[in-house]
Amino acid sequence: MKYNANEKGYYGQFGGAFIPEMLYPNVEELRQNYLKIMAKPDFKNEFDQLLKDYVGRPTPLYFAERLSAKYNTKVYLKREDLCHTGAHKVNNTIGQILMAKHLGKNRIIAETGAGQHGVATATVCALMGIECVVYMGEIDIARQAPNVARMKMLGAEVRPALSGSRTLKDATNEAIRDWINNPVDTHYIIGSVVGPHPYPDMVARFQSVISDEIKWQLKEKEGRENPDYVIACVGGGSNAAGAYYHFLDETDVNIIAVEAAGKGIHSGESAATSALGKVGIIHGSKTLLMQTPDGQITEPYSISAGLDYPGVGPMHAHLFDSRRAEFISVTDDDAMTFGLELSQLEGIIPAIETSHAFAVLDQKKFKEDDIVVINLSGRGDKDLNTYIDYFKL
Amino acid sequence: MNRIHKKLQEDKKLLSIYFTAGYPELNDTVTVIEKLQENGVDMIEIGLPFSDPLADGPTIQASSTEALHNGMTTDVLFNQIKDIRKTVDIPLIVMGYFNPMFQYGVEKFCAKCAEIGIDGIIMPDLPLAEYQEEYKAIFKKYNLSNIFLITPQTSDERIRQIDEASDAFIYMVSSASTTGAKSGFGNEQEDYFERIASMNLKNPQIVGFGISNSDTFTAATAKSKGAIIGSAFIKTLTEKGIDGISHFIRSIR
Ligand SMILES: Cc1ncc(COP(=O)(O)O)c(C=O)c1O
Repeated sequence: MKYNANEKGYYGQFGGAFIPEMLYPNVEELRQNYLKIMAKPDFKNEFDQLLKDYVGRPTPLYFAERLSAKYNTKVYLKREDLCHTGAHKVNNTIGQILMAKHLGKNRIIAETGAGQHGVATATVCALMGIECVVYMGEIDIARQAPNVARMKMLGAEVRPALSGSRTLKDATNEAIRDWINNPVDTHYIIGSVVGPHPYPDMVARFQSVISDEIKWQLKEKEGRENPDYVIACVGGGSNAAGAYYHFLDETDVNIIAVEAAGKGIHSGESAATSALGKVGIIHGSKTLLMQTPDGQITEPYSISAGLDYPGVGPMHAHLFDSRRAEFISVTDDDAMTFGLELSQLEGIIPAIETSHAFAVLDQKKFKEDDIVVINLSGRGDKDLNTYIDYFKL
Repeated sequence: MNRIHKKLQEDKKLLSIYFTAGYPELNDTVTVIEKLQENGVDMIEIGLPFSDPLADGPTIQASSTEALHNGMTTDVLFNQIKDIRKTVDIPLIVMGYFNPMFQYGVEKFCAKCAEIGIDGIIMPDLPLAEYQEEYKAIFKKYNLSNIFLITPQTSDERIRQIDEASDAFIYMVSSASTTGAKSGFGNEQEDYFERIASMNLKNPQIVGFGISNSDTFTAATAKSKGAIIGSAFIKTLTEKGIDGISHFIRSIR
């Protein structure tokens, strides 16, 4: 499996664990135990049971008839928006809260951008009766107010990140600082396939349930397991990693990663990391990231808080570098347009992160008998205010 | 043997000061270094500011942001201190985060440090294994000591590995925390200082994080070779500027 992490957590030249010594014991404890714990029958049973009865898995693989007719190809939607809490993020938080329990931790911290991961973390902490602190950039707190309220209602404490750009990158810094200050009892639930090894690999494994289901669902519907295309949006890259996971080595499956171009790749307000990034180190991982020539991490921009991250996970950096995946970037305006189109053609209002993936139907030409699976990573409830402002609804 | 090794042989407790280059004003870097030497400081850590200083508390975060805002870059720093050895002879260490060094080019960075007369480097997020596999040969080539951190959570086994990989001193982080001044040390720290002292490591230890005044300096150096003050010194610069340096250093010992 050359697209997965090796023993040291490298995907090609990307990955590793560039962490200060203060974090070493925590990360090392996790590294030594995560695969063993995930392989335990009682862990697996509880994980599967919760995904089924609590999250509502398997999520449907839905044939989008009107969308297919419009683009003259066969479009299937993997309905992660129907997961409890409204996005794929909960697959990972269920896995990690069980991991935390097996490691004997009794306090959880997390970072969040759009608030989806924060809500998914607060949810599983309520479920397990564990203390939860979520760091969120001050700017994101303002633009994702409904999710802030949800986290509070679920009993989590939301702490504003006031440093730097006051968005996802800074919330991640604050969570890491919290972990440095609380090294014994706390587990850090990272929300995407980013951070030091073993996080990218662990989170990808928890999300891999998405492509696992796509395989058998497609077999039932089309008589074959492999689609011609799998498309997903990439912020840090967790929904994409889950959707690609079991297809990485299947060369007949084309992989498309969709990044946020913001106001345009060259506008100075963008989050298209593959186009604008260079190799560097962010949050403990060697990966592609947006930075100055001097190595200072720059502020990304996207209308969607969940894609507003200056890096991508090391798996995606490798998929880009090795050309296994095609990277496409989509502007704010296109994302909004295609979010509206999905709403009106299929009756599904997507998260703005997810809307970016749908613009690919227009940007790329697919054949009539191509099977195109789009990972519908989340629903748009949290983004209603942004949609209202944008479309003057 | 470089200046750090010689300094470590002196029969006294060493006082080392960390400050952020380009703070409070962009061109204060050299003045701060010279004033620290004038006031009897034994060693200096020149902080190369980074946009995302993960291991730092609010004080050093703020000084880093300000220094970057003032226009500090790797090139600017090297240019500011290019003639520093004409006036300063105490050991100088560059401390920062790995990404700016990586972008500059690790070899080019080390070569430049050697040319200027820098003696050592502290990159908290360049881990031991990565250093040994990828960069050790380069550091050696330019006679730069790489300084590693240990914390109260670091296992004895790993401390031995770090001791083996070190050739100057070990940076002993006083407690599980980001940088920032605390008011004192408790029993937990005393036990930790005791535990490390009894390990008889080949490299001396210098304690950092949470040292802010004469009392904490004395406590931290009871069983170690010296101590590093960072945030408390930056606070002095913020409040009193360059003129506050002399009084602050003289209040420590
Ligand atoms: C619905 C949705 N999709 C995608 C993302 C982006 O994250 P990732 O790339 O890890 O899937 C987010 C992040 O908040 C999200 O809420």
